[in-house]
Amino acid sequence: MLSGGHLLSVLIFFPVVGAAALMMLRGDDDKFIRSIAMLVSVAEFLFSLLLLRGVPIGSSGYQLEESAKWITAPPIHYHLGVDGISMFLVLLTTFLTPISVWASWQSIQHRAKEFFVMLLLLEVGVVGVFLSLDLFLFFLFWELMLIPMAFLIGIWGHERRVYAAVKFVLYTMTGSILMLVGIIWLYNATGTFDLPTIQQMLTNGQLVLGSRPEMLLFLAFFVAFAIKVPVFPLHTWLPDAHVEAPTAGSVMLAGVLLKLGTYGMMRFCLPLFPEASHRAARWVAVLAIIGIIYGALVSMVQPNLKKLVAYSSVSHLGFVVLGIFAFHHISMQGAVFQMLAHGVSTGALFLLVGMLYDRRHTFEISEFGGLSTPIPKLAAFFLFVALSSLGLPLLNGFVGEFLILLGTYQRHWGWAAWAALGVILSACYLLWSYQRVFFGDISSEKNRTLVDVSAREHWILATMAVVILWMGIASPFITRRTAAATQTVMDQVEPQWAYEAARRVQAKPQPKNVSSSAAQTRIERLGIR
Amino acid sequence: MFAQAIDLHRVLPELIWCAFGVLVMFLQPFVRSRRFFTFLALLGSLAGTAGAATAFLHGGPAFQGLVQSDSFTFFFRLLVGSVSFLVVLAAGPYLDREKLPIAEFYALLFFATAGMGVLASAQELLTAFIGLEMSSISSYVLAGYRRDSLRSSESAMKYFLLGSFATAFFLYGIALVYGATGTTLLDKMALSDGTSTLLKLGLALILIGLGFKVAAAPFQVWTPDVYEGAPTPVTALFSAGPKAAAFALLLRIFATVPAATRYWFWAFWVLAVLTMFAGNLGALVQTNMKRLLAYSSIAHAGYILVAFAAVTSMAQGGSEEAAPAYAAVLFYLLSYALVKLGAFTIVSQLGGTGEKNLSMDDYAGLSERQPFVAAMLSIYLLSLLGLPVTAGFFGKFYIFKAAVNSHLISLAVLMAINSVIGAYYYLRVIVVMYMRESSAEAVAAGPVPFPIGVNAVLLITFVGTILFGVYPNPVINFILRPSLLGH
Repeated sequence: MLSGGHLLSVLIFFPVVGAAALMMLRGDDDKFIRSIAMLVSVAEFLFSLLLLRGVPIGSSGYQLEESAKWITAPPIHYHLGVDGISMFLVLLTTFLTPISVWASWQSIQHRAKEFFVMLLLLEVGVVGVFLSLDLFLFFLFWELMLIPMAFLIGIWGHERRVYAAVKFVLYTMTGSILMLVGIIWLYNATGTFDLPTIQQMLTNGQLVLGSRPEMLLFLAFFVAFAIKVPVFPLHTWLPDAHVEAPTAGSVMLAGVLLKLGTYGMMRFCLPLFPEASHRAARWVAVLAIIGIIYGALVSMVQPNLKKLVAYSSVSHLGFVVLGIFAFHHISMQGAVFQMLAHGVSTGALFLLVGMLYDRRHTFEISEFGGLSTPIPKLAAFFLFVALSSLGLPLLNGFVGEFLILLGTYQRHWGWAAWAALGVILSACYLLWSYQRVFFGDISSEKNRTLVDVSAREHWILATMAVVILWMGIASPFITRRTAAATQTVMDQVEPQWAYEAARRVQAKPQPKNVSSSAAQTRIERLGIR
Repeated sequence: MFAQAIDLHRVLPELIWCAFGVLVMFLQPFVRSRRFFTFLALLGSLAGTAGAATAFLHGGPAFQGLVQSDSFTFFFRLLVGSVSFLVVLAAGPYLDREKLPIAEFYALLFFATAGMGVLASAQELLTAFIGLEMSSISSYVLAGYRRDSLRSSESAMKYFLLGSFATAFFLYGIALVYGATGTTLLDKMALSDGTSTLLKLGLALILIGLGFKVAAAPFQVWTPDVYEGAPTPVTALFSAGPKAAAFALLLRIFATVPAATRYWFWAFWVLAVLTMFAGNLGALVQTNMKRLLAYSSIAHAGYILVAFAAVTSMAQGGSEEAAPAYAAVLFYLLSYALVKLGAFTIVSQLGGTGEKNLSMDDYAGLSERQPFVAAMLSIYLLSLLGLPVTAGFFGKFYIFKAAVNSHLISLAVLMAINSVIGAYYYLRVIVVMYMRESSAEAVAAGPVPFPIGVNAVLLITFVGTILFGVYPNPVINFILRPSLLGH
């Protein structure tokens, strides 16, 4: 019998209970509804903290597994499990959900009950995706999460909300239906939907995919994930969805939903289709680099502050994809870290942009200017978050980007060189926009009378700032726990490489390695093998 | 040759339905209470469905093999019986509202149901033809049941003319098949070598005739007009009952006759693709809810035909491995019937007296006015779309699986593309309901009342949709039984 109780099931279904309880309530007592939603999401966060105890440091494989027969024909199991990567992504989700609830305290007046129900259901879908170890179950949660998000955008969004919501659903669905075909194809080849079983069959050599089918399967999965990330030519839904979504929706979308794509690449594309991943890596890297630079350049010229943050996501997620497809354990660690860091930083940026919107009802940068005089606290928080997003050392953004570039450099220095351009550009667009919004003279009379952060906003932002700082300083807390899981992914995608690398270091240390031995020891302290 | 008791036992449901049809007609001049007839009709459809169970328990061939009572037949009898039960529940309030005579409606419904039962159990082509005619002729009348409505009459006329034309094809096909093989019994036909051109031609004509009944492109043109004009509960019946029965017969013919399976794979492939695209592309531009659902019906027939292509491509190597593909058809028909009945019932009720409010604009802001109804309709639409935790998802999943299993990857991809096109128009309805404001008149008119019969339909279809979407095991295990295929 599997040990560990039913913590994972509780994590998935507790918000369902909360949502059901909310639905029972009368719709007019907004305050009570908000409190219940807050209570549920905070309790969920506390539950998820138990994961830290359940996933021992350095243990490979899945922990806290649960498995039950669900559907007999074809055999589908309710199989859950967690490892270092998914644990932190779940934590990110459960952390951002109460933040989103809190951020919607005042701004959501219209149909508040449904709003919080949708937010909790979204959490269910996302946590379910991260914890599923059965391909079918994974797909189920993957699809399920679409509808709450579409409603969040479509009902509580801004002017062009309906267009954005429909576009979001259609884009995601196009990818996911093709992924379903891929999943079924894989089932046909293996006779199971169980991810660990399929992985085992691959390592045993029981399952050998031909080169063309493997590539097609890889693409079926990759395109679905690439739409979600979004990777460069498939990104056009993102700015619309972000700009039109309410603040909480943007936070969840940028903070968590985009990570589903990169998580899927790590969990499915690389381990299941290693050969195809290798063959595609070059092209994926090119797209990722285009995304990094293109996203940054578009951010630079954005007149709309929210769109600027949205495009910065395209750029930052490009780093993550690059880190994954560089096939180096350091860059893989960096990709995981960057996913978490981006979730917190960009979430915080959207919160700040939302707060500006609450005050001025516009996202246009030209409408702002000189805001640091009327609202100094908000300006300070904005600067702090922007610096974390552009990768200032000691804050969270730095660790991820640094590790990604370091790892990528070891494999393909050219990729790293191009990607590093993105770091510079991100400093440009963030600082420049900061300057235009907060410094200079107050150009518009309306801006003179703005009120600074309220106590509630103050606490939200302080929480985010503490987490940002903590992640920047105490990054080994995370990297030590994700090391085993990323190593597993690396072993599956490139067993011979790890072996060769070990041998090369032992046999004849290259000059490059000697000079960076200090970095090497630091990396070891970070818990990266 | 006289009928043995066991023969009668094996066609018990059809006998019960016919008997109740006659009884209703007989009582019609004497009993004034409308409610009485509704109860009688409910009783009749339930009794017939119960009769299906006893017929199944005493299963086997009846009347020298003209009719077969096996679990396949049982499944379809159960399906059409339940459909007619739900249609009665929904039609009672509708007929009261439209002030239409009630007894004749139920009588015709009974005959149509009996016809569908015969169609599903027929093991011989002429018996199938009788079943087809029974259900079709009742359907023609039912389509024109709102006599004072121009649209309804147009619908009946169109359905009748085109339907008879298609039936003629079917009959001519039977004649040619008989000429080629010397028999109309399906199991005897299975033994013939099936190389003669005459047989192929006959089967082609049969395919055309049944293709019309299931609304497969290019024989689908009648569907939107007929569905739109017919009284909405009748539309619900059309989309669920006769379609399922025709698919049952199609499955029997093209899965059991080797001559049929061998040559018809490509025909089904082409039909499936045409039908999916015709339905989905047509639905994109509809603003009338009934027409939209009619086009969606066509699209769904296309999805089912994908499973047919899978069946016929696999049955070449023996039908044991084709079982999941059959099961996909059956499960899909079940999930689809549930959802379409629910959706059309809501459309019927929201239409108001004279079915005036059928445009999508009338649904604007429905979630504010009637949140419960809007939520239900959304669930049905999401099931049609194929989103998880609904029966429609598993239906689609099994078809995808069947297609991939037969290595019909390109067909699976085309179906995936169609699903996305379909998502657009289903979502459009949800968007209108949830994200647009109600018109002033709609708010002034107040919420549309939902009588208990209609609510019962919604409850049953809703529970079914979710239940089979979460736990399809009982159904799928039943329809995967080896005996289901009769060989």
